[in-house]
Amino acid sequence: MNKPQRVWRLPKDVNTDNLAPGAYMKLPVAQIAKHTLESVRPEFASSVVKGDLIAAGANFGIGSSREQAAGVLLELGVAAVIAPSFSGLFFRNAFNLGLLLLTCPKAELIGEGDTVYLRRETKNVLTQGKIHTFFIQTPAGEDLECTPIPEFLMQMIDQGGLLNVLKSKLK
Amino acid sequence: MINMQTHPSQTLAHPQTLAQKLIAKSAGLERVGTDDIVTCKVDLAMFHDSSGPRRLKPMLESLGAKIWDTSKVVLVLDHYVPATDAQSTQIVQLTRQVAKEWRLPNVIDSEGICHIVLPERGHLKPGMLCVGGDSHSPTAGAFGTYTFGIGATEMLGVVVTGEIWVKVPQTLRMNWSGTLQSGVCAKDMMLHMIAKMGMNGGAYQAVEFDGPAVQKLNMQERMTLSNMSAELGAQVGLIAPDQVTIDYLRNTRSDLTDEWVREALGHWRSDEGSQSQLFEFSASTLSPQVAAPHSPENSAPVESYGRERFNVAYLGACTGAKLEDLRAAAQVLKGRKVASGVKLLVAPASAREQRQAEEEGIMKCLIDAGATTLANSCGACAGYGFNFSELDRVISSTARNFKGRMGPSSVDVFLASPYTVAASAVRGELCDPREYLI
Repeated sequence: MNKPQRVWRLPKDVNTDNLAPGAYMKLPVAQIAKHTLESVRPEFASSVVKGDLIAAGANFGIGSSREQAAGVLLELGVAAVIAPSFSGLFFRNAFNLGLLLLTCPKAELIGEGDTVYLRRETKNVLTQGKIHTFFIQTPAGEDLECTPIPEFLMQMIDQGGLLNVLKSKLK
Repeated sequence: MINMQTHPSQTLAHPQTLAQKLIAKSAGLERVGTDDIVTCKVDLAMFHDSSGPRRLKPMLESLGAKIWDTSKVVLVLDHYVPATDAQSTQIVQLTRQVAKEWRLPNVIDSEGICHIVLPERGHLKPGMLCVGGDSHSPTAGAFGTYTFGIGATEMLGVVVTGEIWVKVPQTLRMNWSGTLQSGVCAKDMMLHMIAKMGMNGGAYQAVEFDGPAVQKLNMQERMTLSNMSAELGAQVGLIAPDQVTIDYLRNTRSDLTDEWVREALGHWRSDEGSQSQLFEFSASTLSPQVAAPHSPENSAPVESYGRERFNVAYLGACTGAKLEDLRAAAQVLKGRKVASGVKLLVAPASAREQRQAEEEGIMKCLIDAGATTLANSCGACAGYGFNFSELDRVISSTARNFKGRMGPSSVDVFLASPYTVAASAVRGELCDPREYLI
């Protein structure tokens, strides 16, 4: 995972209508994705490349339960979204689809166009079992620690979403 | 105004909040601690024509799995009805076809919005843990149920396993003292709380609405509080059941024995000594609230605004077109006319409620004032079908005014109570409804 990744900087309070606008909700995810963030960053959907990261302000993903809001980011190749806080509903949807969200109190230190490196550390904690902690290395040389992710959520990222987790469980 | 509240009583060794009790019951545990991650049995799963069959069917088929218990599923067609184009027609047809294929016993088709028809049809009672494929699912918390919104893939997990994980939340207790003035209602309370706390101020914890002003509210007003817990970013918005709840439930279901009622009223409330974060509000001094574009968080008292002109006034959605909301609007509109150049649109939240409003003369009152009636569905609020036009300036009783949600990005939507929407329709500009209710 130690490869350079480019950052798109977004403001706080990015909502599900910004990510998956209602007017396009009848369409498949690949079609909705063409309109992702058009009300915030019109060039985003056509310019983002696979492996890019989003670093946003607080409350990313507030609004609707539509999981297409997370699905479009996966569709566009976004590797992870980093923010100081997320909508709880969006958080569940993202992991269920296999989109990594990193809760990082110091996410504001990451700037537009920065190249950063993600590092993952896994350890066993007596009370919580296995947990996964991500660190983000910024161009300024800082190593930003993210809130640990429990094993059952990390499994969804590693296996590509709840659907795949269920597939392997039901086998 | 924030402090940790612990009741002094030491009568219980392990006092639990209402949220903790609901989760513990569904997890089959005696008690749960804050931040515990537990697996809960789901008592009811609701999904609609947007989040439901069209998304679930292909995933279920790829798993070769079946729905765990169709008697615990309620399907509501409310987002794409009435179908307005080829795509929505196709979605609605597919939904109806899948409902037959899965032999779903509870399908409510084009008869109202999911969060309204669930209690209306007697699907809720205190003590349940429910999930809904819609963000306003916390509405059901007004009935003492632990109900939250989830996306379609997580719904797949629920309908295959009958279970869902929950991280036990803290409780944020919204204590409302005093009495609301005439022309001020639950919607104003919510807009005020959202302005104070922010759209994610609930931090996915459990909000519990409490205090004398909440206890005085009827069930539909309580539903407005729980409904907009979504805009506070809470997982659930709970109200402990009381006699008002029981009276409503007795009208919708016949299985409530006196013994069950006694136990429910005794048990489904936060124990004395349980821990919650307390927020104090005064109902008596609350003015009608208005949220400026483009967030419910931009709420302020109506008197703090300058001149704001509107050409559309919208009474709609699960938040703002329930029977009680229509009654409120009618109080203002009775014997008055909508200002020239203003369109007043009313989309009653359910067909039954519309019929009740017709019987009470409420619909006639709205129509005489100049209102146009729309279908009993999510309508412009979801932004999925009917939308506002480019230059519209709208005052709306709905829950969200995000940029581009209800039409092109140029549309300005202000949020307010049904009273304020009605008064502003009459005036043609933002108006304090108390002026018409003296």
